[in-house]
Amino acid sequence: MANKKLSDLRPGEAGIVERVIGAGPFRQRLLEMGLTRGVRVAMEKTAPLGDPTEYVVKGYHISLRKGEADLILLSQVQGEEG
Amino acid sequence: MAKKLTVALAGNPNVGKTALFNNLTGARQHVANWPGVTVEKKEGTVRWQDYDITVVDLPGTYSLSPYSLEEIIARNFIIDEKPDVVINVIDASNLERNLFLSAQIIDLGAKMVFALNMVDTAANRGIHIDQKRLAELWGVPVVPTVANRNQGTQELLDAVIRLAEARDPVARHIHIDYGPDVEAVLSRIEKVLAVDPSLADGHYPRWLATKLLELDPDALRRLEQSPQRAPVMAQVEEGRRQLEKTWGEDAAVLVAERRYGFLGGTVREVQKEELAKRIILSEQVDKILTHQLFGFPIFLFFMWLLFQMTFTLGELPMSWIEGGVAGLKDGIRTLLPATWFRDLLADGIIGGVGSVLVFLPQISLLFLGISFLDDTGYMARVAFIMDRIMHALGLHGKSFIPMLMGFGCNVPAIMATRGLNSQRDRILTMLLIPLMSCSARLPVYILFAGVFFPRRAGQVIFGLYLLGILMAVLLGIVFNKILLKGQEEPFVMELPPYRLPALRGVLVHMWDKVTIYLKRMGTVILVASTIIWFLGAFPKNPELAGRFAQERAELEASFLEKAKALQGREDFAAFCRALEKEKEAALAELSHRQQAAQMRQTFIGRLGAVLEPLMRPLGFDWRMSVSLLSGFVAKEIVISTLGVLYEVGEVSDGAAATLQEALKASGLTPAVALAFMVFVLLYTPCLATVVTLWRESGALKWMLFAISYQIILAWLTAWLVLRIGLFLRLG
Repeated sequence: MANKKLSDLRPGEAGIVERVIGAGPFRQRLLEMGLTRGVRVAMEKTAPLGDPTEYVVKGYHISLRKGEADLILLSQVQGEEG
Repeated sequence: MAKKLTVALAGNPNVGKTALFNNLTGARQHVANWPGVTVEKKEGTVRWQDYDITVVDLPGTYSLSPYSLEEIIARNFIIDEKPDVVINVIDASNLERNLFLSAQIIDLGAKMVFALNMVDTAANRGIHIDQKRLAELWGVPVVPTVANRNQGTQELLDAVIRLAEARDPVARHIHIDYGPDVEAVLSRIEKVLAVDPSLADGHYPRWLATKLLELDPDALRRLEQSPQRAPVMAQVEEGRRQLEKTWGEDAAVLVAERRYGFLGGTVREVQKEELAKRIILSEQVDKILTHQLFGFPIFLFFMWLLFQMTFTLGELPMSWIEGGVAGLKDGIRTLLPATWFRDLLADGIIGGVGSVLVFLPQISLLFLGISFLDDTGYMARVAFIMDRIMHALGLHGKSFIPMLMGFGCNVPAIMATRGLNSQRDRILTMLLIPLMSCSARLPVYILFAGVFFPRRAGQVIFGLYLLGILMAVLLGIVFNKILLKGQEEPFVMELPPYRLPALRGVLVHMWDKVTIYLKRMGTVILVASTIIWFLGAFPKNPELAGRFAQERAELEASFLEKAKALQGREDFAAFCRALEKEKEAALAELSHRQQAAQMRQTFIGRLGAVLEPLMRPLGFDWRMSVSLLSGFVAKEIVISTLGVLYEVGEVSDGAAATLQEALKASGLTPAVALAFMVFVLLYTPCLATVVTLWRESGALKWMLFAISYQIILAWLTAWLVLRIGLFLRLG
């Protein structure tokens, strides 16, 4: 299976972070917020205008733009409440 | 004598750090900016046991990376100012992510105490933390607190002093273990670093080694001066190569991962979570507030409420202030003899103080609202909902509220940019806010649109507002591309759970903004408006005054003659009344002519005449040029100046019928009127706005830039509008 991106998740789905691509401050910030390898991220919902999207990671809620969620590759995707 | 201690307060955003700061310092706090930047610095003092403790509130950050100004400030304070103790405020419901910052503070070698905050909320969510175990594992004393109910504050101060006196039983320095391979690389770098004594004791070598391994720009800068630079960098490069080969990952990623690995281990050991309980209420509330369909209407309603509360409610106290200032002026005019000193006191100084005070009600109300929205957690949702639109301007969703408030008044709006996270967003937002047509510009539109577009006034005014927004969009894109290129920061934003704000925190926040405004803006506005008053009132021309006095005497004499001639007639009384009326009208006309003549020869009048050739391509006569010039102080003055120059006296109401007549009679064309309104929309909004922009951006250059771009933009657009207007035969 080709790597799914975090931005591919739909509401209720969750995935395990495989790696964060890209470079510089963007990646650094994502890592600092806890989006490191092996972490489970769940997609909550998208803003009314379609971007950004709200995720739950390590028990807190975080909002990422599509461009940022594109940088996060997932190893597994679980369905609703999976 | 009391001993002194400096304590830094560090922690993530949304963990109740501000509330804790307020508990610690009470009213003994003041707000300033960190030198040269727009980031707020709060400092306060507290006396505890026999210590005078200075508490410095560091910016709320998730990390100490060198990519944001706030983090650099926090980091440099700990490294360079070496506070005696760092209080690390931690949200107990969010232990793991909060500890990421703590790990970096430990690497910096600072003495630290954890304020484990909101333990009550965490317990409600089913999260229990073994505080004793956490303290043992990390070698850091842990004090549970509930900041918004002022619990745990005294225990925290006790812990600070125990730590400062090095008699805390648990305090010890630990190493965050990054795993054997990374540790081996780090110790090799540290060894080379230790050769240069200035590096070895200036910054904690382990921290420096870690940061160098991550190629942290700030750490590299600290290394630049050292003779050890070459061998250290050789070790760093070697280590990075080695780790990359083994793990296929950048060293920075490895360090972050290993750090989280350590944190994960800690959390597993000290935290017990009952799975069933979640923050159900908050999530339910959020489902409604950011709902796909209802989210926007609810949001618009809140924004409408905030706007109304600030600007409609704020008008009442504003009118009291204006009334009070006017009364004081009149009092001075009647009490003191007519000298230049009286004018200086009444119009220059008291008028100036009035122009400072008049903003206070709106600033207070706006920040009352903003800090309420902020503390409830809704502000993050505003950013969430609006980010799509603001992103198009190269801005963060959070910039929406300051921009919106610009339609009411630019001054509090620019101050509201303090809530934004990055310096870059703040500057860009500040530069664009003046394009939002504030309420002071509306009377000018009403006057001109009413006279020249009587049947389409509403559409014309609406079009002007739209033009301002359009310009903001265009310039947002341009400034982004040219001025602030490549500095955009990641959006990554936490959406904190909804909370009920503490009244005290909201009030303290509001009070802070008022004092900031009075201290940082007030004095400058006062001085500048006094200078501009002077330019508009001087030089006095005794010859001119004498000529008008003579004319007045002649006029009065001629009426006396007429009255005498009529004496003895039957209906003498009625004639007299008519004559009296006629005389009053003639005198008023005379005094209007005198005001206009006097104005014309003041410094501003002369400058207006000098600038007239520049304004001629726009079709503006010298009267309009002078009124625009005095309008630099405030837009209300445009109309009153036009009133004086069109010899109808000072009018205060935008719809004043006499001025309308005068404008109609002056031969101005609708095309020129439209160009004039466009110019008023786009050029420098007012003195207070540019002063606020200067003080809030922390640099004079941004103020000068704002003034110049606005004037150029106003001129070009007005010119274009005039050309199009002429083409469409509006003339």
